[in-house]
Amino acid sequence: APQSLDKEYVGFATLPNQVHRKSVKKGFDFTLLVAGESGLGKSTLVNSLFLTDLHKDRKLLNAEERINQTVEITKHTVDIEEKGVKLKLTIVDTPGFGDAVNNTECWKPITDYIDQQFEQYFRDESGLNRKNIQDNRVHCCLYFIPPFGHGLRPVDVQFMKALMEKVNVVPLISKADCLTPGEMKKMKDRVREETDKYGLKVYQFPDCDSDEDEEFKQQDRELKESTPFAVIGSNTVVEARGQRVRGRLYPWGIVEVENPSHCDFVKLRNMLIRTHMHDLKDITCDVHYENYRAQCIQQMTSKLTQDNRVESPIPILPLSTPDVETEKLIKMKDEELRRMQEMLQKMQQQMHEQDL
Amino acid sequence: MIPQTRSLTTSTPIYTTQDLQLEVEVEASVQMEEREGEDGVEQPPLCPIDPNTQGIIKGRDLFGYVGIEAVLDQMRRKTMKAGFEFNIMVVGQSGLGKSTLVNTLFKSKVSRKSCTPNYEEKISKTVNLQSICHVIEEKGVKMKLTVIDTPGFGDQINNENCWEPIVKYVNEQYEKYLREEQHVNRKRRIPDTRVHCCVYFLPATGHRLRPIDVEFMKRLGHIVSIVPVIAKADTLTMEERLEFKQRIRQDLEANGIRVYPQKEYDEDAEDRILNDKIRENIPFAVVGTDKEHQVNGNKVLGRKTKWGIIEVENVAHCEFANLRDLLIRSHLQDLKDVTHNIHYETYRVRRLNESNANGLGLSALSLENGTFDKNEAESQL
Repeated sequence: APQSLDKEYVGFATLPNQVHRKSVKKGFDFTLLVAGESGLGKSTLVNSLFLTDLHKDRKLLNAEERINQTVEITKHTVDIEEKGVKLKLTIVDTPGFGDAVNNTECWKPITDYIDQQFEQYFRDESGLNRKNIQDNRVHCCLYFIPPFGHGLRPVDVQFMKALMEKVNVVPLISKADCLTPGEMKKMKDRVREETDKYGLKVYQFPDCDSDEDEEFKQQDRELKESTPFAVIGSNTVVEARGQRVRGRLYPWGIVEVENPSHCDFVKLRNMLIRTHMHDLKDITCDVHYENYRAQCIQQMTSKLTQDNRVESPIPILPLSTPDVETEKLIKMKDEELRRMQEMLQKMQQQMHEQDL
Repeated sequence: MIPQTRSLTTSTPIYTTQDLQLEVEVEASVQMEEREGEDGVEQPPLCPIDPNTQGIIKGRDLFGYVGIEAVLDQMRRKTMKAGFEFNIMVVGQSGLGKSTLVNTLFKSKVSRKSCTPNYEEKISKTVNLQSICHVIEEKGVKMKLTVIDTPGFGDQINNENCWEPIVKYVNEQYEKYLREEQHVNRKRRIPDTRVHCCVYFLPATGHRLRPIDVEFMKRLGHIVSIVPVIAKADTLTMEERLEFKQRIRQDLEANGIRVYPQKEYDEDAEDRILNDKIRENIPFAVVGTDKEHQVNGNKVLGRKTKWGIIEVENVAHCEFANLRDLLIRSHLQDLKDVTHNIHYETYRVRRLNESNANGLGLSALSLENGTFDKNEAESQL
């Protein structure tokens, strides 16, 4: 009888739907950092991924102007909506990276930027009003490796080493239409080998659950085996095989961006947007941000044991056994805190009496 | 006129330019004479030959066939026996296809990679210049080809002054030649190790010249003939290629970089027309490969991808054929001449002025006359 079923049914199975509804109302945000030398097709790829044109009035600097250019950080924010779901997408671009003759520490502006966003979030989190925290933390970094070389170059290795602890790094082989299938395989093998050799920690796809069906597992395996993704981007639509597709027209043929046998663009898009966007955000929050936070707190604590006049917004418990001076300081501060709390209570009582 | 008659070898020319001019005029007029001979009118010589005026005796003024033009055949035979030397330097970041292009240009395995056993593709920490020498032969003409490779250029994080080893090398070759030329007992043919042509590889970014490109070409444009090429150009569509080339040409002009063929060295209108056409097209967009595939029943050199086959020698696909024609079929001798007559002479004048300033007693003027005592010069050097 339906009544008995009703009695057994508690009803929290609808929670995912409630979460879904709330998220759709709230909208999502995602911050993507693109890094790599000029001319590797970064802007074109971003436009292809999100099917928008973010760089309409871009001016390319000539070589003279570029000699004195330093690495800049530019942000573009775009609100995209699809089937009622809103996405606030922020693309952080790094013009000037790797372009100079002397590129020593050219990644420093980028690591500084990422740290700044973490610090901002840390302060907001520790602050008093936490309702409307803006999350500007970088969720994913697409790093473009040129296809012209023989694998990773010194600048690639150094960049990834500097960033792997702060952000999810997804290396990509750019302008993949430059390589034949044999060369592509060699290049990917080389990059994977060198990634292991130098101990570079790039973003790893989480393993799928064992209860997923075989097709999904097969797809997942294929995805993992084709990293690093070899991508091609295009802003133009061409006619191929009777259809209008995004592609590049050459005298010897047409390269289709969304054809999986031509390049891994579709895999990248699926991974980045359709399947792993949330995972990227989770890892940023749970791993990279937490690492930063722990580091930060440790630094502040070590500062406290060195310099007695440091005032922190949060009462911090020292990690090691404090010496006599610090103990005195702690006692003093505790006394102060107690007195202030008493005063606060008195004031609240007064206000209460006044209202009455 | 066969271009090879301009100078036999790269050592001291056997004919001075005045003689060559006379020779050329004679050839033209001999042909005229053969055409006019049917008139049957013979005219006495117009005026006696005075070596100080540029008096030219036309063929129709001669009493009969002298056979001056046969000297061209003799020159040809001599040069074929002696063979040619050509030194080409390739510069660019690792992975841009320098070795493959050189192999494709000369249709043989002449690059560093093909010659070193157990070759490993590693990025070296400094720029080492390596030169490999080969003798290749075609239709009885022998060429001693030297390919100078520059691995390590532009590969590091800090590439400051990575062009210095290259500048040093080029100047060293000029210095070697200068010393040989100033010996009392000169060899009949001074071995020529000077760099005749430097092919500079630009990555196909599609944007503009990078700071490292500008710095390199500025410095080396003064001492060697630079031929810039766009490497791995199969990643650019036709429109992108045209725009890229235009922007590169703008950048070159804005920075005062002169690449081969330089406008100032065009000798006459004919040259200028030919070279202008070339200048409109530089830098050439090239694709190189040593693999062959079947296309429409023919075997062609090409790169096979999933979306088509890029034919290297098809001018609709890439400009490899234009580059090959420029470097080998039409301007090879011109490259050597420019190196010898212009770059080398500039270096020589500079060096001699320097030694003059240092008080070594070697003045440029005296050597021109040829009356200076060479013994004294050498002892002071």
